Amino acid sequence: MDGNTTVDQEYYRMMEELQQLDFALVELTLYLDTHPDDMQALQQFNQLSQQRQQAAYRFECRYGPLMQFGHSYSRYPWQWMDTPWPWQV
Amino acid sequence: MWIYEKKLQYPVRVSKCDPRVAKYLIEQYGGADGELSAALRYLNQRYSIPDKVVGLLNDIGTEEFAHLEMIATMIYKLTKDATVDQMEAAGLGAHYTIHDKALYYTNAEGVPWTAAFIQAKGDPIADLYEDIAAEEKARATYQWIIDQTDDVDLQDALKFLREREVIHSLRFREAVEILKAEREQKKVF
Amino acid sequence: MNNQLREWHPYVGPFDPCPPMRVKTYIVPPNLFAPFQPANLQQYSLPEALRLGTLWPAYYSPYESRMLEGRS
Repeated sequence: MDGNTTVDQEYYRMMEELQQLDFALVELTLYLDTHPDDMQALQQFNQLSQQRQQAAYRFECRYGPLMQFGHSYSRYPWQWMDTPWPWQV
Repeated sequence: MWIYEKKLQYPVRVSKCDPRVAKYLIEQYGGADGELSAALRYLNQRYSIPDKVVGLLNDIGTEEFAHLEMIATMIYKLTKDATVDQMEAAGLGAHYTIHDKALYYTNAEGVPWTAAFIQAKGDPIADLYEDIAAEEKARATYQWIIDQTDDVDLQDALKFLREREVIHSLRFREAVEILKAEREQKKVF
Repeated sequence: MNNQLREWHPYVGPFDPCPPMRVKTYIVPPNLFAPFQPANLQQYSLPEALRLGTLWPAYYSPYESRMLEGRS
């Protein structure tokens, strides 16, 4: 209720796992923007995309919503404004 | 529209209480070739560039906002617990007078961000060459800031950002090649 | 870093006030030599890719701080 998500070792581990998946997806996105016919890169993109959804879901179950405007669920009370914000960790 | 995600693109660690570096990092916050300029430059050019490269400008422009947040994080961490004396010693005395600890979009010398920092010429080659130049200038700026700190953790995140400039520059170079090749593709139809 | 580093030797004037820096360097990143990425390049592992800032070793450009250089 104090609006404070407990940040433990696991928070950093799960966050970094997600950052790794998302970074590969950023790289593949920019690559595909200039190589739209690369089937292998596209398959890798779709596969990592699925993995990132699962990793984000696991993170959110433990540490609350990552995204706003209906892209993440919230428990009661509204968790969005719970600290920490990304620049505070 | 954009949807915020409550996470940094890269884990930012600052291990040394050295607000002096914050003053230099502000260059990449509100400077001519900083991350704000980059994001606004690319996103704004989307409306007049050939459709084939709109997606790229959109996505690089979006990534730049993630970089802006990383720079903000570094400045925030370096200044949040600095005393007035430390701000003064760091060359941030005038910044303190005007803004206290608030972040503000200026370059490292305090010149406020202005639209004059960026261009939109409407000519796709001119615009993409501006983008390539901006990435190379940002890469150089990151090099000089890395030279100005001995905090290896801060260097680590700055090296990540520097490498992103190399990749963005590559993608803009590819965009130029794609626009050059348009004519050959038309012959097929 | 060496293969991305270029050196040049600035002119040293007889009345230059400071001790001359005889060698200056600049970096030529890999995107200058392969400006359109070929398909199927070797990739870093995901943790490595995040740490280094790119998925592809062919486009990695290392840089080390010069802060301690002048002090040694």
